[in-house]
Amino acid sequence: MALSYLRSSSSRSANFLKPLSSAASLRRPISTDTTPITVETSVPFTSHQCEAPSRSVETNPSELLTFFRDMALMRRMEIAADSLYKAKLIRGFCHLYDGQEAVAVGMEAAITKKDCIITAYRDHCIFIGRGGTLLEVFAELMGRQAGCSKGKGGSMHFYKKDSNFYGGHGIVGAQVPLGCGLAFAQKYSKDETVTFALYGDGAANQGQLFEALNISALWDLPAILVCENNHYGMGTAEWRAAKSPAYYKRGDYVPGLKVDGMDALAVKQACKFAKEHALKNGPIILEMDTYRYHGHSMSDPGSTYRTRDEISGVRQERDPIERVRKLILSHDLATEKELKDIEKEVRKEVDDAIAQAKESPMPEPSELFSNVYAKSLGVESFGADRKEVRATLA
Amino acid sequence: MALRNILGKRFGVGLAGRRPLSTATCDVESGNAKAINLYSAINQALLIALETDPRAFVFGEDVSFGGVFRCTTGLADRFGKARVFNTPLCEQGIVGFGIGLAAMGNRAIAEIQFADYIYPAFDQIVNEASKFRYRSGNQFNCGGLTIRAPYGAVGHGGHYHSQSPEAFFCHVPGIKVVIPRSPRQAKGLLLSCIRDPNPVVFFEPKWLYRLAVEEVPEHDYMLPLSEAEVIRQGSDITLVGWGAQLSIMEQACIEAERDGIFCELIDLKTLIPWDKETVEASVRKTGRVLISHEAPVTGGFGAEISASIVERCFLRLEAPVARVCGLDTPFPLVFEPFYMPTKNKILDAIKATVNY
Repeated sequence: MALSYLRSSSSRSANFLKPLSSAASLRRPISTDTTPITVETSVPFTSHQCEAPSRSVETNPSELLTFFRDMALMRRMEIAADSLYKAKLIRGFCHLYDGQEAVAVGMEAAITKKDCIITAYRDHCIFIGRGGTLLEVFAELMGRQAGCSKGKGGSMHFYKKDSNFYGGHGIVGAQVPLGCGLAFAQKYSKDETVTFALYGDGAANQGQLFEALNISALWDLPAILVCENNHYGMGTAEWRAAKSPAYYKRGDYVPGLKVDGMDALAVKQACKFAKEHALKNGPIILEMDTYRYHGHSMSDPGSTYRTRDEISGVRQERDPIERVRKLILSHDLATEKELKDIEKEVRKEVDDAIAQAKESPMPEPSELFSNVYAKSLGVESFGADRKEVRATLA
Repeated sequence: MALRNILGKRFGVGLAGRRPLSTATCDVESGNAKAINLYSAINQALLIALETDPRAFVFGEDVSFGGVFRCTTGLADRFGKARVFNTPLCEQGIVGFGIGLAAMGNRAIAEIQFADYIYPAFDQIVNEASKFRYRSGNQFNCGGLTIRAPYGAVGHGGHYHSQSPEAFFCHVPGIKVVIPRSPRQAKGLLLSCIRDPNPVVFFEPKWLYRLAVEEVPEHDYMLPLSEAEVIRQGSDITLVGWGAQLSIMEQACIEAERDGIFCELIDLKTLIPWDKETVEASVRKTGRVLISHEAPVTGGFGAEISASIVERCFLRLEAPVARVCGLDTPFPLVFEPFYMPTKNKILDAIKATVNY
């Protein structure tokens, strides 16, 4: 994947990026440097029923470093969750997102916290992207009170109301009609916001998806359906589940765009394009060509239906973090050591969060009965033998 | 009714004492029996079904490589992709497709990966499958349809891998609902379901897939549907249950016996149409009844049993009908031990009912 970028002359732009003062230990203030850089995406976009956006993406050092840091954090977090699961501190189900970080990070770069995101159960990193903290993630995974859903949801049910993250859903495909409903509400509120409804290649064959698409197109809803195509619906490869694995075309009358989901900048460009499109013309489908390194969940080794060579091949050629690292290094925005330091920092953050999460207590037993209904509906729940252990379902 | 004791190790872990389970004679001869677990028994049943009927098909999500619980291991290799195949991720489509296949006279054995995912197919089951024969004046039917789904708590399943939705389906005339309690039962019951000329929903207790090991005859045998079985004789109280819950109830029975309470334990096996006669006969003997299931108590199938028994045995009853069931909350994550109808809750209820 050739990374070409605009330069006036090789040395001039490199100098332009260097600090004017010759600093000794601390180098250029990269975290706030918003000097525009233009980068080309790895592959051009393929479009269906619309004109593809340009391959040239505008970014800047600050953004690239944020990408790097955020993705490194997400990667570290997922690996840590893997270990915690094997240590039986996380029980139940755990679906890891490592490999797909670019989608979460690129999307956030193109939108605001007023736009809504709704996704399925592979939601840990999307939650982080929406501003969730590591403590909330690990506590929720371990079922503790400090978790984002108070320990009652678990891995598949992360939510964040103040940044319009609508979760976190266990039933495959069920979140897509919901997402279109959110878009419907947004259209009424006229606040120029959109909804991103994420689903996977497995869910792409659910009937309810097409029902939602039809309604969204009919009513011109600002809904962006994002198919995170990691090519395997649990253990079933896409070509064995779908007659047409060109998911961006499956909308038929709804325009679509195919995006390299391992390239955070391509994702950002596509989401920006999609948001503008949705606000003007109604729904659009984005197919993110991405890959997950782990199996479907922690119960799935991930190697019975695909070869280890395939996994390591993708890791070598298309890893999203490595791509950004190369970009940063080739543009001389930071040194290898600085990047490694960021990774170390991130690792420490994750470890601290885990330690803190372990201290958080389990939810109170009364929480079993709380929030079944809205408060003070007064519905009573009886204990097993209908005589004792009464609780009012609030 | 001659009861034969067949020694079998029921559970591998944490049981107070192993007690041989007695089963009715029926078609089960000891013959060549091997100790296998639940998923292997189901696998054997499916194999026999595919072998004996060339128009039998097994399909569902991920069944080709063996399925997430290994129930379909080896079937695709043996019978080919034309008869054992994967479907895309669409439950409504799977069941609808199965109904069509069955309507053409085939035996369609559809797998829904977890009972929690069966709801998109609910319309197809209730509105299409159950009413097909009725509304076509017996011209058409989808009796060859069997839907298999793993149900029930598993210790860490959370909201969407632990549900017991049997009650929803028990409300639908036209289909049968069958739930086995052990490997030996499962094989015989599943073969009966597959060969029954009515659409059947077969719920398999997922907790027992690996945990329950029993001597299962290797040959083709069937166990009758709509016949409940008294698996433990007693004189003080009748306990009614099905599936994995029976093992919990049995532990409670054993402990109750130490306190001098002799419980009669009945495995309903088929939930609809259920064997009212056997349960009624037992209640006439004991005068007390307790029903236990994992599903939430309100509107659970225990309510139907309770109402029927009261109707039929009102004057014989010595105490109100007791129900020890899941609580009226969504199936919880960390609170599972509180939610479940445990042995102690059952024991308490037994004592309360007997001492009423």
